[in-house]
Amino acid sequence: MILHLPGHMPALPPAARSRAALGLTAAAALGRFQLQVCADCGAVQYPPRETCRHCLSDRLPWTDQTGSGELIAETTVHLSQDSYFRERAPWRIGMVRLDAGPTLITHLPAAGAAAPVRVRVTARLDKSGQGVLVAFPIDEVTTMVNDRQLREMICDPKGRKVLVTDGQTAVGQALARQMLAAGATQVWVGHGKSWKKYPGCAELAALPRVAMQPLDLTDSKSVKHVAGAIGDQVDILINNAELHPPLGIAAGKSATRGGIATGNGIDAAQAEMDIHYLGLLRLAHEMGPAMTSRGADGPPGPIAWVNLLSIYALSNFPPQGTFSASKAAALSLSQCLRAEMRPSGVRVINVFPGPIDDEWNQAMPSPKLTPHALAQAVIGALKDGVEDVYPGDVAADWLSRWRDNPKILERELSA
Amino acid sequence: MSETESSRDYADVVLVAPVTLPYTRHSIRTAHWFAAQALSRLVKSSGLTKADIDGMSLGSFTLTPDTAIGLTQHLGISLRWLDHIPLGGASGIVALRRALRAVQAGDAEVVACIGADTNYLDSFRQSLGNFSVFARDAVLPYGSGGPNASFAFLTSYYMREYGATREDFGKLCVAQRENALTYPHALFKKQLTLQEYLDARLIADPLRLFDCVMPCAGAEAFLVMQRRRAEALGLPYVTVRSTSERHNAFPDDPIQMRGGWVQDREHLYSSAGIEPSDVDFLQTYDDYPVMSLIQIEDLGFCAKGEGPEFIRRHSFSADGSFPLNTSGGQLSVGQAGCAAGFLGLVESIRQLSGRNLARPVPEARFAMVAGFGMITYDRGLCSAAAVLGKADT
Ligand SMILES: [Zn+2]
Repeated sequence: MILHLPGHMPALPPAARSRAALGLTAAAALGRFQLQVCADCGAVQYPPRETCRHCLSDRLPWTDQTGSGELIAETTVHLSQDSYFRERAPWRIGMVRLDAGPTLITHLPAAGAAAPVRVRVTARLDKSGQGVLVAFPIDEVTTMVNDRQLREMICDPKGRKVLVTDGQTAVGQALARQMLAAGATQVWVGHGKSWKKYPGCAELAALPRVAMQPLDLTDSKSVKHVAGAIGDQVDILINNAELHPPLGIAAGKSATRGGIATGNGIDAAQAEMDIHYLGLLRLAHEMGPAMTSRGADGPPGPIAWVNLLSIYALSNFPPQGTFSASKAAALSLSQCLRAEMRPSGVRVINVFPGPIDDEWNQAMPSPKLTPHALAQAVIGALKDGVEDVYPGDVAADWLSRWRDNPKILERELSA
Repeated sequence: MSETESSRDYADVVLVAPVTLPYTRHSIRTAHWFAAQALSRLVKSSGLTKADIDGMSLGSFTLTPDTAIGLTQHLGISLRWLDHIPLGGASGIVALRRALRAVQAGDAEVVACIGADTNYLDSFRQSLGNFSVFARDAVLPYGSGGPNASFAFLTSYYMREYGATREDFGKLCVAQRENALTYPHALFKKQLTLQEYLDARLIADPLRLFDCVMPCAGAEAFLVMQRRRAEALGLPYVTVRSTSERHNAFPDDPIQMRGGWVQDREHLYSSAGIEPSDVDFLQTYDDYPVMSLIQIEDLGFCAKGEGPEFIRRHSFSADGSFPLNTSGGQLSVGQAGCAAGFLGLVESIRQLSGRNLARPVPEARFAMVAGFGMITYDRGLCSAAAVLGKADT
């Protein structure tokens, strides 16, 4: 356990699920709608189960669904037995006959076309972080952030206050600018002592709704100070701090992220861990309780915590061996953070980019992810309410190899 | 479908000693207490001793963590036949079917069929999430409206598909309340007007307060024994003409507009040797009024979709054109868990054996009783029915 969260926790939707049903959550965490489909007879199953309802096979892989179907009945629940829904009543739900076969009970937009109507079903994470089904009428545009029932399933930055922990990088600056463009009402931008020397910082600081915030993740006092100053106002925390090259990278001082044998020493590895792993832990210790300290009567609670990890967190990339290891440590810690933040309704989103097109990766061949594209992926993850995002072609390629067989990927990467 | 081979009739076994424990809204008593009191009344009302009862079939949700076997030790009864049937609204008829065969086969001489449940205040109630894996995974996370939401779907679909109106359902509820006013154990003791029904608080659109049963605590019970034994004891009895049970019928229907009765009614009537028009009164499993319409249709009293017209054409009091739920049904008596699955049976035994508590149905000879239960996801999985007859039929 890394967090000691304050007493008041918001009501959340029922979170208990069978192991079988967690397959829906696992897909929804990636923004996908999957159901079990029998590998032997093709029957689509719902609710989730362990044995095919048609042929009794136990081979039921989770498979992408188009979600097209018909809303055949609906109701608006005025009296709920659950405190989350009681606080939000009335609550509109529907019964959908999926074209693929099964009948689904789904959430609906609070205002939308009445049954019978053609719909597309998607899977989302609810405020408990569990997968749920939502049916959208196909002839209507539903903006989830404006919908009373659906907005808590996503983490749209519109109207929210955001902390970006490092504004000295191109990625940090792209994140800050896109948060503003997405309607954030306030963006705090973390920076070190000599921030004015970094390109783009002065222009960013001049923008309305931007406040520059001294923040050093390697210094517990600095993190504690920030938490005390703004912690209870932050709705979305984006931890993008990565080990910076010393200024004057061109002056010949090596900033290569080496493997063990290629010269990355203990000091460099410690510095990576100090930011990527211990920095996240310091943030969690101070900002976790601060963000969730708002009382029940206060402003709406915090909604998201984004960690900039790396696709190398999944499997070590030897040319950047110690960097990969520190990101793997951060990934592991973020899983703990996610579990412990869940009762507060804060979604922990992990971002796993491939090589980013910045000063670090000049030696890396294309394709590389631009800071702009990375920031867009983060905005997309918040707006879709997903939990894990793998932006760019390289990350997608690594991910599919890793899913297929982690051991094969390890060998491929060591070639 | 007539895949059901004709089965042996029940001519030599009968039902006696209808017992109802007066219902209460909440209770601090356990289900064990309700079952025990029901057994005690069975003994008193039959003149038997506790030791004469050698079989028991129990329907109960709230006996947990015990099952029927634990109750034998609580009650100090030694049995040679025991069954626990946690099938909710189908428990009564399923218990009846099992018990009839056990007595017929000689595996038991006297079987006590008991439905008993308690109802604690909300703060002490077991979480709904324990009801089924499917409900926990695929129903509760969606508004947690419980069964009200599930039946709201069926009701709105039925209204749209077959043109039923709120007034149609209201007519049934008002009529059942009239019946309940003649029955001493009903929890609702005030007349209900159609306007009160229509204006009641919304629960889950289109369902309002009086469409929903009131959960309560209580017990219902009866005995199954050989006919000659009942005659020797001088006990008024009721015969069983035919029965059916069907589980997970029509699983591919997108939404439940029919129950397993559709599959079994032909057999049900042919075995009983009667037609729907011979039925003198009907006890539906009325957890929501739409289910009464579906049962009226599925048990052959009118065609599918003609339910609304049937409601408009008939009156439902004991002396009406179609006596229905003669003690008021669950909607006016209360829903005492699994005991609700026994309510129509016990009321029918009283009606047909001259032991009335509610207003008698004049010259009644045949009763149809339906059971329905177990919404583990989007539909009730169990449908059951029994045709009972007066002793001389
Ligand atoms: Zn299959």
